[in-house]
Amino acid sequence: MKYGNNKKAWLYLLPAIAFLGLFMVYPLIDVVVYSFEESFNFASQTYSGVGLYNFSYVLRDPYFLQAIKNTFILVIITVPLSTGIALLISLGLNSIKKLRDLYQTVFFLPYVTNTLAVGLVFMILFKKTAYTDGMVNLLIQLFGGSSVDFIDGPYWAKMFVLCFYTIWVVMPFKILILTSALASVKQDYYNAAKIDGTAKWRTYYKITLPMISPMIFYLVITGFIGAFKAYSDAVALFGTDLNAAGMNTIVGYVYDMLYGNSGGYPSYASAAALILFAIVMTITCINLMISRKNVQY
Amino acid sequence: MKVVLDHLTKRFPNINIKIKTEVVAVDDFDFEIPDGKLIGLLGPSGCGKSTTLNLICGLETPTEGRVFFGDDDVTKLPPENRGVGLVFQNYALYPHLTVRQNIMFPLQNLKGADKLTKQQMEEKVLEAAKLVQIDGLLDRKPSEMSGGQQQRVAIARALVKRPKVLLLDEPLSNLDARLRLQTREEIKRIQRETGITTIFVTHDQEEAMSISDLIVVMEAGKVNQIGKPQDVYDDPVNLFVAKFLGTPAINVFDAEVRDGVLWIAGDDVMDGVDVPDQKVWAGIRPEAFVPDDSGKMECKLVNVEVMGRDTSVVSTHEGMQGVSIRAIISAENKVDQTKEIVNFRLRPAKVYLFDKTSSKRIYFGDQKPLGRA
Repeated sequence: MKYGNNKKAWLYLLPAIAFLGLFMVYPLIDVVVYSFEESFNFASQTYSGVGLYNFSYVLRDPYFLQAIKNTFILVIITVPLSTGIALLISLGLNSIKKLRDLYQTVFFLPYVTNTLAVGLVFMILFKKTAYTDGMVNLLIQLFGGSSVDFIDGPYWAKMFVLCFYTIWVVMPFKILILTSALASVKQDYYNAAKIDGTAKWRTYYKITLPMISPMIFYLVITGFIGAFKAYSDAVALFGTDLNAAGMNTIVGYVYDMLYGNSGGYPSYASAAALILFAIVMTITCINLMISRKNVQY
Repeated sequence: MKVVLDHLTKRFPNINIKIKTEVVAVDDFDFEIPDGKLIGLLGPSGCGKSTTLNLICGLETPTEGRVFFGDDDVTKLPPENRGVGLVFQNYALYPHLTVRQNIMFPLQNLKGADKLTKQQMEEKVLEAAKLVQIDGLLDRKPSEMSGGQQQRVAIARALVKRPKVLLLDEPLSNLDARLRLQTREEIKRIQRETGITTIFVTHDQEEAMSISDLIVVMEAGKVNQIGKPQDVYDDPVNLFVAKFLGTPAINVFDAEVRDGVLWIAGDDVMDGVDVPDQKVWAGIRPEAFVPDDSGKMECKLVNVEVMGRDTSVVSTHEGMQGVSIRAIISAENKVDQTKEIVNFRLRPAKVYLFDKTSSKRIYFGDQKPLGRA
């Protein structure tokens, strides 16, 4: 390796570094600074002191606690479920020959569909209006149940819709990744297992799963991160006033603190954002530690 | 355990579904493989040798014909009930398992009465590992081993269940030249020690010749010749077999028989050819050429390569097929390199004539078919 062309190298890197610095690093540092400045006034750019007050305020704010609760429920339900279902679907896809392309296309459709358009479809499915109770309620009534308001009704019903929606939206990408991972497992391994008389479930558990485990862990980690950053899905379903609906997420809370009705508090928003960052960081580290133990090659 | 292939045929539908004709991968393979022998299935790529192997182990089912292990018809049996061990070309070792776990894998599949205790499994694994001499590497992962060692693990895994038949699919093709030599001896030794009927597929004729008890030469799905390696080499039934066996390869000439004399492009190279007058292909083994100034075969000398024990003479002749003739002569027979012309006398036993249209062998003089399997 020659280091003689150092200056040239920096020159080539300059545009990228400049943009990253301006739009990524500087705002990041700014967020940290904001979060420690107490009673910061955006208009006059003044603050009264430096300390942890912003964090303690945010952590005592019932809206934030609700957002954290919502986000955690969303993460804990949707990540394992979506990954698990995606795994089952890709295994199914991998084992059929006929109509495989058709099914693959169908399963991939949500990925190329606009979030808000999907939200509209979910409205038709779940929302109660003056004219109809929504398709799902019609079904419930058909089987003799009483209708539930999924959009403005009880908390669990709203959470159910949000989870259902999230799973449906994130699934295609996972199916795509997993089917290609499954297809890359060489037929020879299966042939070898077959000749040794390996039972189907054992082949799956002892060969297929370990072989695609790196991809599964990749999906779990990115799934966790993605779910913690959920916001647009909730907006698509419940509108912009998520606090009122009780369905706010952490990112939603940050947004509200900046621009929402209760907005204009960059310090609180920054503190909340940093708390989210800490949570995601911790979870990702735990994930990596577990995966290092289990992904063996 | 003898293996009987009874008129085995495998046809695949064409990959291009618009073409309705089927691809015949194996065409009427009929042969009884004797118990405890090492059989080399030999042929160029795409000749159906791997398909034959898959038919024997049960990964493919034949379109026609049957497979017997001993007296049992196993044609309809799934692979796991046939009691075969298969070594794959790229070994197919499970990368996430250690060598020990890899070898133990087939044992852990055993069910019911065959089920082994942990202790018994360990013993069997160690025994198999010792046989292939990798007992010191049991706790490594396949990725931490060389190609040759991985090969041994694959063989150990195939042997650990004591299969009735061991199948090896191009077992040496991923190894370097030196290791290939070593490993093929090793395969021979393991086969002899275990006495398991072994069938191995290869496209390398030298490999097949060196370790097989019997070789089967295949071309385009058809078995061309079966026999002991030396017999097949000395007595090829057709031009394909003659060309496929032997390094350097046989020299082929466009020739003609007239009044008991073999003519190659105006040279009356050999007499005593007691067959009717006709145009023929003449295959002349490199060792058939003897430098002799009064020899009738006159060739243009290109190069003389001295390789220690032997000398290889490269020359050209008008009637030849291909770009040059290669003759192997013993070191005592000196060739004057300064001359432009070299004259050869031919050893009739190493000259084979083949029919121009059918490529079948035409015997002449003292030549007669050797005992064939």
